[in-house]
Amino acid sequence: MNSTEIVKRSLHKRYAREKRFQFYGRAAVMVGFVFLAMLVLDITIKAMPAFSVTEIKLEVALDRASLELPAEGEISRQMISAINFGGVIKKALRDAFPEITSRKQKKLLYRLVSGGAEFDLADRLSADPELVGNDSLALWVKADDDIDTFYKLDTRTSRVDDRQVVMIEKLQADERIRTAFNTTLFSAGDSREPEQAGIRGAIVGSFWTLLVTLLVSLPVGVAAAIYLEEFAPQNRFTDFIEININNLAAVPSIVFGLLGLAVFINFFGMPRSAPLVGGLVLSLMTLPTIIIASRAALKSVPPSIKEAALGIGASKMQVVFHHTLPLAMPGILTGSIIGMAQALGESAPLLMIGMVAFIVDVPGGILDSATVLPVQIYLWSDSPERAFTALTAATILVLLGFLTLMNAIAIYLRKRFERRW
Amino acid sequence: MQTSSLFILILALALIAYYTGLKRAQQSRRSSRLLALPAHYGYMTAMLSAFPALLLLLAWMIFEPAYLERQIELNLPASLLQGPADQLNLVINSVYLQIEGTGTADNPLLHKAAAAYNESLQKSRQMIGGLILLLGLSGIVFALSRYLTRLHARRRVEGMIRILLMACSGVAIITTIGIVFSVLFEALRFFESVSIIDFMFGTSWSPQTAIREDQVGSSGSFGAVPLFLGTILISLIAMTIAVPVGLMTAIYLAEYASRGFRSIAKPLLEVLAGIPTVVYGFFAALTVAPFIRNLGESIGLSVASESALAAGIVMGVMIIPFVSSLSDDVIAAVPQAMRDGSLALGATRSETIKQVIIPAALPGIVGGVLLAASRAIGETMIVMMAAGLAAKMTINPLEAVTTVTVQIVTLLTGDQEFDSPKTLAAFALGLMLFATTLILNVFALHIVRKYREQYE
Repeated sequence: MNSTEIVKRSLHKRYAREKRFQFYGRAAVMVGFVFLAMLVLDITIKAMPAFSVTEIKLEVALDRASLELPAEGEISRQMISAINFGGVIKKALRDAFPEITSRKQKKLLYRLVSGGAEFDLADRLSADPELVGNDSLALWVKADDDIDTFYKLDTRTSRVDDRQVVMIEKLQADERIRTAFNTTLFSAGDSREPEQAGIRGAIVGSFWTLLVTLLVSLPVGVAAAIYLEEFAPQNRFTDFIEININNLAAVPSIVFGLLGLAVFINFFGMPRSAPLVGGLVLSLMTLPTIIIASRAALKSVPPSIKEAALGIGASKMQVVFHHTLPLAMPGILTGSIIGMAQALGESAPLLMIGMVAFIVDVPGGILDSATVLPVQIYLWSDSPERAFTALTAATILVLLGFLTLMNAIAIYLRKRFERRW
Repeated sequence: MQTSSLFILILALALIAYYTGLKRAQQSRRSSRLLALPAHYGYMTAMLSAFPALLLLLAWMIFEPAYLERQIELNLPASLLQGPADQLNLVINSVYLQIEGTGTADNPLLHKAAAAYNESLQKSRQMIGGLILLLGLSGIVFALSRYLTRLHARRRVEGMIRILLMACSGVAIITTIGIVFSVLFEALRFFESVSIIDFMFGTSWSPQTAIREDQVGSSGSFGAVPLFLGTILISLIAMTIAVPVGLMTAIYLAEYASRGFRSIAKPLLEVLAGIPTVVYGFFAALTVAPFIRNLGESIGLSVASESALAAGIVMGVMIIPFVSSLSDDVIAAVPQAMRDGSLALGATRSETIKQVIIPAALPGIVGGVLLAASRAIGETMIVMMAAGLAAKMTINPLEAVTTVTVQIVTLLTGDQEFDSPKTLAAFALGLMLFATTLILNVFALHIVRKYREQYE
């Protein structure tokens, strides 16, 4: 048996091994895809219920007698805010179900609607005082979150009573219950009640935080990149800076949170939970990303352009600011947007500086207490109520939407302005 | 005056300085030759007027709170100041409440302190406003003097910009120093009350210090070994998923995949890297963990609802793109000649990969794996949401374990005084985390760089 035959005999096995190896590779790629698909699908399915909300139609009596207002005369704002709206809603519920008389049943009846219904009515009246005096106003009020889950998904929690089911069936027969798009999700701040909770506060908090991050990290990052790429002499100090930047890029984000807590809050006495501190911490975190991206962009500007500018008498600074920087700008912006997207999704360091507080109000500036989208996700995912799971998933979808948008802008910028020299 | 209005004052003065400098330069250009463009003289005077004032404002912003607090203490009688530190804080806080107009104390001493505070606040703000005005005006005065046009303005301006650029790149160093000092000092304070040996080698972790000293477990115990073990366990699970899958992905994409497939697959995998960790945490806690528990129960295993396995698997998927893109880079850097040589000798493609490319790329791959490991160790949100809180000495992946990062967050969120050993322990853990990841990173970057030099 000569060597050719030996090789020929083993060929079959070797080709099989080759096939197997290729299969492993394909399987590995698939693992990533399948996981990604499962993740997106799972979250989308979980999020769906949060976009709709169950509403119950009530005939609310707004005549002066029922509102306990004086029969004559001007009605001031103060008088409106003093009205017992809870009683008004309860009366409307009793009117809708005249057959219910026992105390216990009435209690169940009141629990059909959200505790926020009276505030919605109060807001509506103070916005439009003309409504006072109407004998009956048809009003769609939000259902309680357990009722909402029951009606939308047909899954019953122990908190939905049999007698409530009968009431809902009656409402359904009268076409007095419906599901509508959940506008509260985008117009309200956080709340303990799922049907009243929204992500407006978190979105605005994220906006302020990112604004601070951008305003700090972009100028500093670009300046650092210009120095390192165009001016820094080859010496130990420059090496030290570069080592530092590379290491900072790999430091766990939570360590930046410790830095923020110890330095910004405890040493400088900045306010806790404020977008200012969050933004500063995130800018330190994104700085390496921006510096590295900006350096790559500056490096890709061909030396011939710089040399031509130097040749006609520009100073080195003029070359950088009149030629290199404008040409590198698309690359720098792309890198910065990607850095900002990272910052938008980051939550661990923000937990350290107190941005996990329960905050109902929409923040109005960088010094107000605020939370951000990813932290809101973290907070809600801990809640035992089922309805919060849907809200969490919906918030994730919104966050992923923002991230996709930012990355799409980055890709567009790269495609539109990329130049091959 | 508010800080923002001081800032606007500085900017306005700088603007005036710019125009004065510009006008002066334009005038003198008519009579004699200038050394730089007129605009440069404008920039120079603006910088001269703004920079010192800005520095002063910054210093004042840092030191004003301490100065004002000192003023309060000076105005309080000694009897109030002699108590323990937390009582003093209480007094000072009630003075602050008084200042904000929300205080309820009727102690006339507090009113007096509040009045004194307001007075010194006024004085300090007037003083700083005056100083800034003076500094800003001095720049303008200089612009009016005859020395202005004798200077080479462009060189000065560029010199200043250069210093500014250098300062910006120094932020990286300051950040590192800031991290080291903030965790080191607090950790050292922690080691004053808990010995470093107990911390590093103790096997019981229960930082819940009781409020009263006579309660059970009043001291708390800070043996961090269960945390290290939990961190290592979850990271190991993550790495056993991420390394083979990531490596095979990189090999397939670099060596087998067609150009079209590659151009779709690579960005899709990078999406995995771009998803926020809190989303993975949600998925791990609400989907993967229940799935694993049900699966385990169906074959008769008892699985904790916050098992290390769920957190580890999801973390593993999260770092797949990290491993694959780093390995992809090093595999692509292996010279084509080595592939061609092996194929020419009759090796199949998989034999070439296994026996030539992987050995050649090994140092780079090891570096990438180390970087991925450091990321797994420092990952917070996934373990925060999907792993447990109770420290347990176990290496069973079906049980709930806790990690260093989870403990840092739980120790520092919530209201407590800053000086208790409980909060300081978080900084000691932070120091361990920082040191570990730093060593891994430096080592990994060193290996990767060495490897690159080999083929360049």
